[in-house]
Amino acid sequence: MALFLLDSNLLLGMIIEYNEVHQHIKEWCIVEKIIEIKNLSYQVKDTKILHNINLNIEEGEDVTFVGPSGSGKSTLMRIIASMISASSGEVLFKGQKIENIDPIEYRQKISYAFQQPTLFGKTIKDNLAFPFEVRKQEFDRQKVTGYLEMVNLNETYIDKSVNDVSGGEKQRIALLRNLIFPPEVLITDEVTTGLDTENKAIVHRMLKDFNEQGLTILKVTHDETEINDAAIKITIRDGEIANV
Amino acid sequence: MSNLTVSNSTLMLGFVLVIVALVIGYIEKLHIDKDIIIGVIRAVIQLSVVGYVLKFIIKANDNWLTLAFFLIIVMNASWNAGKRGNGIPKAFQSSLLAIFVGTTVTLTTLVLTGSIKFVPEQIVPVTGMIASNIMVAIGLSYRNMKQTFTDRHQQVLEKLALGADIKLASLDILRDSIKSGMQPTIDSIKTLGLVSLPGMMSGLIFAGVDPVKAIKYQIMVTFMLLASTSIGSIISCYLAYKQFFNERKQLNNDLIS
Repeated sequence: MALFLLDSNLLLGMIIEYNEVHQHIKEWCIVEKIIEIKNLSYQVKDTKILHNINLNIEEGEDVTFVGPSGSGKSTLMRIIASMISASSGEVLFKGQKIENIDPIEYRQKISYAFQQPTLFGKTIKDNLAFPFEVRKQEFDRQKVTGYLEMVNLNETYIDKSVNDVSGGEKQRIALLRNLIFPPEVLITDEVTTGLDTENKAIVHRMLKDFNEQGLTILKVTHDETEINDAAIKITIRDGEIANV
Repeated sequence: MSNLTVSNSTLMLGFVLVIVALVIGYIEKLHIDKDIIIGVIRAVIQLSVVGYVLKFIIKANDNWLTLAFFLIIVMNASWNAGKRGNGIPKAFQSSLLAIFVGTTVTLTTLVLTGSIKFVPEQIVPVTGMIASNIMVAIGLSYRNMKQTFTDRHQQVLEKLALGADIKLASLDILRDSIKSGMQPTIDSIKTLGLVSLPGMMSGLIFAGVDPVKAIKYQIMVTFMLLASTSIGSIISCYLAYKQFFNERKQLNNDLIS
C-alpha cells in the first residue's frame, strides 16, 4: 500500500512536470502577436484617412509600409504609437487593447521616431538625458557613450551644442533617444529621408542589429533600396491595405 | 484734500483732450473714432456707477457687503481673463481659482501684517488693484501658452513619443508662460520712481500726503503685485496646460492654430 502511494505520488509529479514542459514547448513554438489591428478606421470630420485596416504584426518582425504620399501610412503609425486615437476599431498590444494600457507606459514600449526630428534644449546631453529623465533615472554617461559609438559618434558629442551637428548626426542622435532604453516596437517614419548614403547605411545597420536582438520594427519609407530589401512589405493605398 | 479741484465744469473742459484723439484718428484715417467715443462713454458711465456704489459701501461699512464686493471684482476679473484664454477649455474656471487664491492670499497677508485694515475704503481698491493685475498676467500667460504650444508642437509630440508625461513634455512651455505673465510686473518694478510714479503713490501725493509716506504704500503695492501675479500665473498655467491634452495624453490639435 505504502509502495502504491509512493508510486502514485511519483506519477502525479511526472504528470505535473510533463504539463509544465508541454506548456513551455507550446510557448516557444507560438510566435506571439505583438500588435493586432482590427477593423481600424480613422477620419477627420468627413474625410476618411484610413478604412477598415486589419493587420497582425508578430514579435521580432521587420515590417516595411509603402505607398503613395497621403495614403495614410503615417496616420496608421501614429495610431499604433498612441499619438492619436482611431475613430473606430481597435489596436491590441500583446492581446490587450491599448486604451486599457497607461499611455505613458505604452509609449515607452512602442517608440515612434519622426521624419524630421527636433533636438531639445541646448546640448546633445539634453537630448540623450531625456529618456533617463522620463524614467526618473540618473544620466549614465558610460551607457550613452556605448550607444553613440554604435552610430559612429563618440563621447565628445555629449557636450556639443545641438546647432553644431549635421543633419545625419541629428537623425542618429534622435534615434538614440528612442533606443537608449530599448522599446519592444520601434516605429520609424521616413527617418532616412534626406540622409546621404553613409548616414543611411549607419541607420540601416543600427536598426538591423536591434532587429536581430528581437526588436520589432515598423518602418515607413519611400526609399527604393529599403523597399527592395524589405523582408515584409505592406502597401497602403487610399487608406486601405492594398497587399501584404 | 484742498488740492483736488476737479469739478464737472473742469471735466467738460478736459474733454478737449478726447477731441484731440478723435481729430488725430480722423486725419490719419485710423477708423478708431467709433471705438474712442464708445470707450469714453463706457468709462464715464462705469466710473460714475462705481463711484456711487463705493460711496454707498464705504458709508455702510459692513463686512459682508465688503466681501460681496470683493467677490464681484474677482468674478469680473476671472471672466475677462477667461475670455483672453481664446479657446482654451475651462479658462474661466482656471482664472477664477487663480484670481481668487492670488487675491485672497495677498489681501490676508496685508491685513494680518497690519499693512491695511479690513475696512471697505482700503479692501475694495486694493482688491481691484490685485485682481486686475492678476487678470492681465493670466491673459499674457494664456496667450503665450497657446502660441508656444503651436510653435513647439513637434517637440511636444516627440517628447510624448519618447514616453514623457504631459508635464515633462510641456515643461519648457509651462515655465515660459508663467514667466511671461510675471514679466510686466518685474519690468515695472525695475523702473519704479525712475520712469513711472504709479497710481497708488500719485493718488496719495495728489491727496496731499507726504511723498515719503506715499512711497511706503507704493512699496507695499509692489510687494503685493509681485506675490499676486506669481500666484495667479502659476495656478492658471498649471491648470491650463492640461487642457492641451486629451485623456489619452495626446496633443489636442484643435487648440493649436
